[in-house]
Amino acid sequence: MKKILLVDDEPNIIMALEYTLRKNDYEIFIARDGEEAVALAEKLVPDLVILDIMMPKVDGYEVLEHLREHNSLKESTQTIIISAKQKQSDVQKALSLGAKAYIKKPFSMKKLLNTVSELLIHNP
Amino acid sequence: MSKTALIALIFVYLGILFLIALFAEKNKGSKLVSHPVVYALSLAVYCSAWTYYGSVGMAAKSGVEFLTIYLGPIIAAPLWIVLLKKIIQLSKVYNVSSIADFISLRYGNSRSLGAFVTLVCAASIIPYISLQLKAISETFEIVSTSTLGIEGSSVITDSTFYIALILAVFASFFGTLALDASKNKTGVMFSVAFESVLKLTFFLIVGVYVTYYVFDGTSDIYEQAELGLDLNQLSTIKGLSGGINWYFSIALSFLAIFLLPRQFQTSVVEFTNRKQLKTSIWFFPLYLLLFNVFVIFIAWGGMLILGNQANADYFTLLIPLHFGDHWLAILVFLGGLSAVISMVVVSTVALSTMLSNNLIIPYGFIKNLTRSKSFKNEKTIKNIRRLCVFSSIILAYLLYALFDPKVSLFSIGLISFLIIAQLAPSFFIGMFWNRGSALGSKAGIILGMMMIGFTYLLPFITENVLSNSQFVENGLYGVQMLKPYALFGIDLLNPVNHALYWSLLFNTGAYLVLSVIKKGNYRERNYGEMFVNSERVVELKENAYVWKGEANVEDIQNILVRFLGETKANKALRVFRKRYQVNPEEKLADARFINFSERLLTGAVGSASAKILISNVAKEKPVSLVEVLKILEENKETISVNKSLEEQSQKLIKLTSELKSANDELKIQDQLKDDFLDTVAHELKTPITSIKASSEVLTEAEDMPFELRQKFLNNIIQDTERLNVLINDILDLEKMASGRDVLNLKLQALDRCIEDAINGISSIAKRKNVDVRFQSKTQIQTEFDYSKMLQVFTNLLSNSLKFVSENDGKIKVFLEENSEGISFKIRDNGKGIPEEELDLIFKKFYQSKNQTFKKPLGSGFGLAICKQIVQMHGGEIFANSNLEKGAELIIKLPKRNA
Repeated sequence: MKKILLVDDEPNIIMALEYTLRKNDYEIFIARDGEEAVALAEKLVPDLVILDIMMPKVDGYEVLEHLREHNSLKESTQTIIISAKQKQSDVQKALSLGAKAYIKKPFSMKKLLNTVSELLIHNP
Repeated sequence: MSKTALIALIFVYLGILFLIALFAEKNKGSKLVSHPVVYALSLAVYCSAWTYYGSVGMAAKSGVEFLTIYLGPIIAAPLWIVLLKKIIQLSKVYNVSSIADFISLRYGNSRSLGAFVTLVCAASIIPYISLQLKAISETFEIVSTSTLGIEGSSVITDSTFYIALILAVFASFFGTLALDASKNKTGVMFSVAFESVLKLTFFLIVGVYVTYYVFDGTSDIYEQAELGLDLNQLSTIKGLSGGINWYFSIALSFLAIFLLPRQFQTSVVEFTNRKQLKTSIWFFPLYLLLFNVFVIFIAWGGMLILGNQANADYFTLLIPLHFGDHWLAILVFLGGLSAVISMVVVSTVALSTMLSNNLIIPYGFIKNLTRSKSFKNEKTIKNIRRLCVFSSIILAYLLYALFDPKVSLFSIGLISFLIIAQLAPSFFIGMFWNRGSALGSKAGIILGMMMIGFTYLLPFITENVLSNSQFVENGLYGVQMLKPYALFGIDLLNPVNHALYWSLLFNTGAYLVLSVIKKGNYRERNYGEMFVNSERVVELKENAYVWKGEANVEDIQNILVRFLGETKANKALRVFRKRYQVNPEEKLADARFINFSERLLTGAVGSASAKILISNVAKEKPVSLVEVLKILEENKETISVNKSLEEQSQKLIKLTSELKSANDELKIQDQLKDDFLDTVAHELKTPITSIKASSEVLTEAEDMPFELRQKFLNNIIQDTERLNVLINDILDLEKMASGRDVLNLKLQALDRCIEDAINGISSIAKRKNVDVRFQSKTQIQTEFDYSKMLQVFTNLLSNSLKFVSENDGKIKVFLEENSEGISFKIRDNGKGIPEEELDLIFKKFYQSKNQTFKKPLGSGFGLAICKQIVQMHGGEIFANSNLEKGAELIIKLPKRNA
């Protein structure tokens, strides 16, 4: 079962995501901020991280940098960004930092699921 | 030294001067040639052979009186500069090329007055040149034969004639190089400056030689002189008559510094920039002072060594020769030669300009010139000038040949000064009194000249040339009252000052009386007005010209072409049309064009001739003084308009900078707004995302357990509420900011409101384990809007909650009342406010970077709303900046309990 780490400081969003992804047979872990996310990612080495950008303490960009620098995560872990940030420059920045996809909030659950499965199938 | 060798030396020296003049002509723009000191040095053309040799002679004969000739310019230097400024301004506007031009222009471009002034100048210059030639010839004789110049032993030699000839060639070649007499003669002036350096240097060398080599310093000379000479007579001003004489002599030299044609040439015509005046104001007096430092010592030394028999004028040569120092005598001779050459060259150049422009062309050649072709004209005018230079030097030589050698340098020089001083009333009064007329000026000059003739020249000739003392002793026809040196019984003054007094008295009297009795014609009055108001005229330029009548552009153009040449005339026309944006098709000439053309022609042929030339092709109508005044008045208005324009533009500049800073402020606001909108968008999207996600989950999952379904539904409700609060906040702030919100004021207890706010956040505080304490000593009653202030306190408390850390967070609230009003403080031990953010936190849309806790209502409005509410209550809110740890926010409210 693929491991997915959910990172967002909004519990209600996490809740909806967690429910949907679990139902689709993914193993789900949850982090409430960037710091927690980095620690969990290093420990678990998930197949995928679904990451928010605007979070207290350590933001999504920093988390991306960490993931990229970490040897064991660099190759095995992919990232999808989910953010309310709309600007093209934000998208560019996230992609250049190694994110595989950028999904703007409010997102469609179906689209998110498609992206997740696509990424995980192509990169088993 | 043999005569041949000395002549050869003179040639070498003249050759060097030629080269220097050529060098300067070629390097006109260079720093050296255009340096203001060059101008200041060229003014020292004032110091001719008369100074170089004559002041020693004068000091030996009559003591310190020689100083007067130099004290005049020195004392008057500041005033001189001020007056000179006006003269220069006027001269530059009207292209004046000589003092005759200047005076004739002032009196309505009067042709006859210009001619008069020219004659006066010639009468002053030619004897003066003779004096220079006399000095050269005598010193030449002394140096070449090494004989002691016993008075009366002068011989007229052929060499003098050749020296005169060489001088004439030098002057006529360089001085008349450019046709436009008002154009600068850089080469000549630079060589004059060079000569000024030489003559001063050599004079100082011989001064040091006499004082420190022959004698043992100044006190040695003084002690010896005390024993050997009548010092009392030589070093004091002699009583009342001596004092008055000093006064007059100083006045005379003061006038001379303006009026001597060579001074006018160097100071006015050759003037190019303001720096020159600034330098001259201290440099020129200094130069004169230096020149006079050793005069007394050389004179006393000479008398002690050579006795009374030797010609005191040439002590500077005779003393070195006496001690066998020929080299020094030659140096001194060269210094004297420098003084002579510079004076002769500049004087004759000035005189030739006047003779050609004010006498020969307007009275004889004008018709020929108007008929012939332009290149011929240029040549003719140049040749006329060359001839004038040449012949005036030759004339001076002839005069010299007739001179009685006994006449000292000093007395000839004084004649020159006396004659030129006759221009003073017309010149000076005319600049400040608009009523002065050409008739008054002419009559004054003639009367003054006659007085000089009677009180100075006539007795001078009868005494020195005819050796007949009857006229001097008994007066004209034996009438005592008509004694030439004591006219009407006034015998206080020496002959020169006596002549000066009477001539100027009659001159000025006639000038004033005639000017008052008989008004000048309109031209004279108009120019009078222009000269008196020179400041305004300078700004008007061509517009300052008052002219009415009819003239064709073509006719005037033809004249210009004839006198300036095709290229120059066309270039000038282009400049004119461009400057005033005149249509080239325009057939009729206006006043500006007439004036422009006249100025151009004035430079070439002088103002009188220019006027004649123009009047040949133009039908002029008289212009009333009212019209002149109107023009000057208009200019005054233009100036005031300019001034107010200037003020306006200053205001505009200020406004622009204000706008700029306002714009910058707006840009910052804009940036903040952008940031805010981002934040708001994010804040709005977060609950929307949550709602959307939850709803999607609910639609898909029919088999969801009831409790979970309930939880999702609750999340949706919560997020909807959150959206609602956010939107209300935005609207609240907007309402308050635009002033549409009204306070619901009631007299009530403020501490209760705070307690309510603390209760409101207590659940969050408990969850975070933060200690919140409120200390209030008394109940404070004041008027305020309860719900709004509750919002403020709640906001501040939740802000603090955001920034303190969990478990050990502490928040303290204080409420006090004093004479100034009510003060509320909230202090926490959180992260504190970075110093650079202290002022920013109250701005709309601002969110601190130091938050530790995801805000429940982090719209970025919190403090901005607080500030609005507090301000509506007439209070203020600010952050305490003097804290080591944590943050403290303070609210000051006025106490209201009406």
